[in-house]
Amino acid sequence: MKYAAKKIAAMLLTMVIVSLLAFTAFSLISGDAAEIMLGTQATPERLAELRAELGLDRPLPVRYLSWLSGFFTGDLGVSIQYKQPVWDLIAPKVLVTLCLSLLCFLLIAAVSVPLGLRSAGKSGGALDGLGTVVNQLCMAVPPFFTGILLSWGFGIVLKWFMPGSFPDLGRDFLGAVKYLFFAAAAIAIPRIAMTVRMLRATILTEMQRDYVRTAISRGSDRRRVLYRHVLKNALPPVVTFLAQTMAEIVAAGIVVEQVFVIPGLGRMLVTSISNRDYPVVQAIVVILAFWVVLAGTAADIINTRIDPRLRLGGEV
Amino acid sequence: MRRQNGYLTAGLILAGAMAALILLGFFWTPCDPNAMGMDRAGPSLAHLMGTDNFGRDILSRVMKGAGATASIALATVAIGAVCGTAVGALTGYFGGVVDEVLMRFNDALTAFPSVLLALVVISILGPGKRLNVILALGLVFIPSFARITRTAFAALRDANYVQSARLMGAGSGRILLVHILPNVMHVLLPALTIGFNNAVLAEASMSYLGIGVTPPDASLGYMLSEAQGMFGIAPWYAVGTGLVIILMVFSAGLIGEGLQRDHGEAV
Amino acid sequence: MRKKLLSLFLLVSLLSAVLCGCKDGSAAETPEDRAAAGQLVVGIAQDLDDSLDPHKAVAAGTKEVMFNVFEGLMKPTPDGDLIPAVAESCELSEDKTTYTFTLREGVRFHNGEPVDTADVVYSIQRCADDTEGEPLVPALSAVKSITADDTTVTITLDQPNTEFLSYLTLAILPEGYDQQDTAPVGTGPFKFVSRAAQDSIVLERFADYWGTPASLNKVTFKIMENADSIMVSLQSGAVDLFAHLTSVQAAQLGEDFNIEEGTMNLVQALYLNNAEAPFDDVRVRQALCYAVDKQGVIDIAFSGYGHPIGSSMYPAFGKYFDESLSSRYTPDLERARQLLSDAGYPDGFSMTITVPSNYQPHIDTAQVLVNQLSQIGVTAEIQLVEWGTWLSDVYAGRQFQSTVVGVDASNMTARALLERFSSTAGNNFINYNNAEYDELFAKALSTFDDGSQTAVYKQMLQNLSDNAANVYIQDLADLVAVRKGLTGLQFYPIYVLDLSAVRYE
Repeated sequence: MKYAAKKIAAMLLTMVIVSLLAFTAFSLISGDAAEIMLGTQATPERLAELRAELGLDRPLPVRYLSWLSGFFTGDLGVSIQYKQPVWDLIAPKVLVTLCLSLLCFLLIAAVSVPLGLRSAGKSGGALDGLGTVVNQLCMAVPPFFTGILLSWGFGIVLKWFMPGSFPDLGRDFLGAVKYLFFAAAAIAIPRIAMTVRMLRATILTEMQRDYVRTAISRGSDRRRVLYRHVLKNALPPVVTFLAQTMAEIVAAGIVVEQVFVIPGLGRMLVTSISNRDYPVVQAIVVILAFWVVLAGTAADIINTRIDPRLRLGGEV
Repeated sequence: MRRQNGYLTAGLILAGAMAALILLGFFWTPCDPNAMGMDRAGPSLAHLMGTDNFGRDILSRVMKGAGATASIALATVAIGAVCGTAVGALTGYFGGVVDEVLMRFNDALTAFPSVLLALVVISILGPGKRLNVILALGLVFIPSFARITRTAFAALRDANYVQSARLMGAGSGRILLVHILPNVMHVLLPALTIGFNNAVLAEASMSYLGIGVTPPDASLGYMLSEAQGMFGIAPWYAVGTGLVIILMVFSAGLIGEGLQRDHGEAV
Repeated sequence: MRKKLLSLFLLVSLLSAVLCGCKDGSAAETPEDRAAAGQLVVGIAQDLDDSLDPHKAVAAGTKEVMFNVFEGLMKPTPDGDLIPAVAESCELSEDKTTYTFTLREGVRFHNGEPVDTADVVYSIQRCADDTEGEPLVPALSAVKSITADDTTVTITLDQPNTEFLSYLTLAILPEGYDQQDTAPVGTGPFKFVSRAAQDSIVLERFADYWGTPASLNKVTFKIMENADSIMVSLQSGAVDLFAHLTSVQAAQLGEDFNIEEGTMNLVQALYLNNAEAPFDDVRVRQALCYAVDKQGVIDIAFSGYGHPIGSSMYPAFGKYFDESLSSRYTPDLERARQLLSDAGYPDGFSMTITVPSNYQPHIDTAQVLVNQLSQIGVTAEIQLVEWGTWLSDVYAGRQFQSTVVGVDASNMTARALLERFSSTAGNNFINYNNAEYDELFAKALSTFDDGSQTAVYKQMLQNLSDNAANVYIQDLADLVAVRKGLTGLQFYPIYVLDLSAVRYE
């Protein structure tokens, strides 16, 4: 537990650094939101007025703190484009994007672990080379291309889901999950290939170890050794790897959401970037980064459950 | 040993073919990639990959587009690798406070998904310019190269041959470049192929979003986004363009696989 | 560990169960469900203006949607006539300066309040208010006085104005209601229900509408800024109606849709920033005109659908439209090159065409233009921008070199299209500055005879064409995908999408 607490403290620290980075970067580049909002109608008086209204007249550290606390109070500033509170704009979309990435994550884990085990078990066979080629091929497929094919095949030809009519998450959760599944699959394919490759390599290395050889030579069941010992040692790096893929899942999600017409943060982000609506961009970027950091920490904690030895070497 | 090299050979052949096609595309294409005709048609002898909604020859556009994508990816990887290795070498070799700070910074940066970070950089530099795309993606790739090389440099910092070189009075620069760098190549080379792949996919994604290379210049990503809109009547457009991206990444992936296996066998 | 694997497998099978279980679409709304419930989903290519206040709306796309929510004293008909709406009748005095409107009885706002003459006076005065700079509707500066009693509103003008009535299509809003920006209230056949930024706008049938109530119970406008997703959404059954398709898109919609063809009523052109080099030189602008083959654009990018135009007027305005202007510049590359070298650009130049990324027809046009311009050594580069950026940078900020876009008329007058090119107009985004044009415009405003006024307007169109203010291209064909089973869509001579008569058969 102490270890978990330490990890969580480290996570909070990273989050602070992440938000600080984003905040300073955007404060420096975006210039004056009030100026952008008023555009050609800017007069010194109206500028000053609007600045006071937006709280831009306060010193930077104060603004940072009040913005950071906004993640808990829901006050993340006002969108330049829509002149609405940022939180109101993105709140309905955050859940969609997080659901998509979570679903994708589960899909990757659920498919790649058994697949990795199988492919490690079959290592060296005639099919091994073919497996590697297929694996490399899967890694080469851009998620949005798979997305185009999937949305066409399953959405329009087979009509398994209806691209363009994403059901409301709250009202029709199963329907929404079904819809997201196809997008998740598009993102997952190359990630699954990578995870399988990674798991296979760690398992094969582990199988070479003395204790495994000894166990097998002593007559233990090979499968039993594989599941009880090897997997236990091979999983932690894979879990860490999976957590790292969360960043890539989120990144791919931004693009794939467009393909599947999913009302997540992706479209909002792209539009806001083009419209230089920095308060929105800033909020979305930090929320996604928090999500990635959270996944990483969760992975660390899960790892120590699988292999308590990691706690000893647990450097923060 | 033979089979491991099979990947490398296959990858090199495929990559060579792609490179030849791309290089050819810089000087000659079957048709003018921007010449418009009236008809949209499937693959035929005149247009091996068919034509698009403006009657432009897809093969010619794919050759140009692959060239744009590949050159952006190469430039990106070059920026990422050179700067990343420099950072990795300095921090890994010297260590100390700078190392700590930079690596914390690095950790924080890895929390931002790559495309996300590139989008942010683009938003600062302004969208729609090829150079900006290269800069954005290049910047984004620095941390990963830095992390990989830092570990390698740190591991070799106290290697025997490095210490003896130091005793013989070699300067730090010489040690880093002449003594350690060649021995880091085995980590760097596969990282380069992976980086190339990520760059190709990232550039395609960004063009697909309309933030990368803009029309009428061909870029594989933008072509795919156009192709999606006419999948029903011109599936060859999306499939052909998609396949080119896949082959490009696939060939680099095979090379990477071959390199890694080669090394694994040698050690 | 096995247990965990087992649970993962269970999860996968559960997922697949969900996927197959819902194959019949029981969870998602199908077109059939919507037909039964009298609901319609309309795809639109851009988010609405930040403010939904009809008096402040800038974008044609916003007005197109909100046409269903608001009405003025008068309203346009598909034939291009004006009929009384909130007013029951309108009388014009002998000297043609005094309009007397009798309000229609029983007209209610969407919030249930009855419309009274105070609301009418408030709405008109709001648009005529010039205390904070240019009034919302500059044409209303002609109003000398407005008076009202219980049932009539009397408007007196400085001098006769044949076009004045067209401006009274401006929306009548409830006095003292200050949330038009976010929760607009009007008198139209549909009432506003909700809006989610970048997602959708929901309208509902207004049961207390004074005229024939709409047949549809609910209309959802879904925003699809990504042009590619529109096709997928139409074909999957998520969207029932989408206007402004390209011919390529229309060609691949299968049996589920009827394609109705009207005119878009937009002046599509390569708009040039007349204040910026090299487009401050009339010869350069003319060179571009000679280099561009309008019919080529229409043939290549629009499969031949579209009507070539030669000035800021489209054919639906039969009174003003002059077919001969369309061939004022016929493609002549020799002449174009000559003009360029006369202007000091013998080797051509580079230019940027800014195009809003959500309008595929404009992107397609721009691509063909780039191709055509390259023939005279002009290297054009397309810069795709988001709609919001286009509005702020190009339209409001005038920071652009050239742009391909369609300009609409806010009401059925020539003035609505031509006033913007007078040098002082606030929306003169191309910075057109021509003394003769300004003079003509002043003359048009002070001419009260319909015939001679039309003649002046035609001269103005000629002026725009002669000076190559822009490279005029076409009035796009409006290809509207309408799901089979829906009827009643009417085309107007202005850029609106009237859903009041649309119904399921």
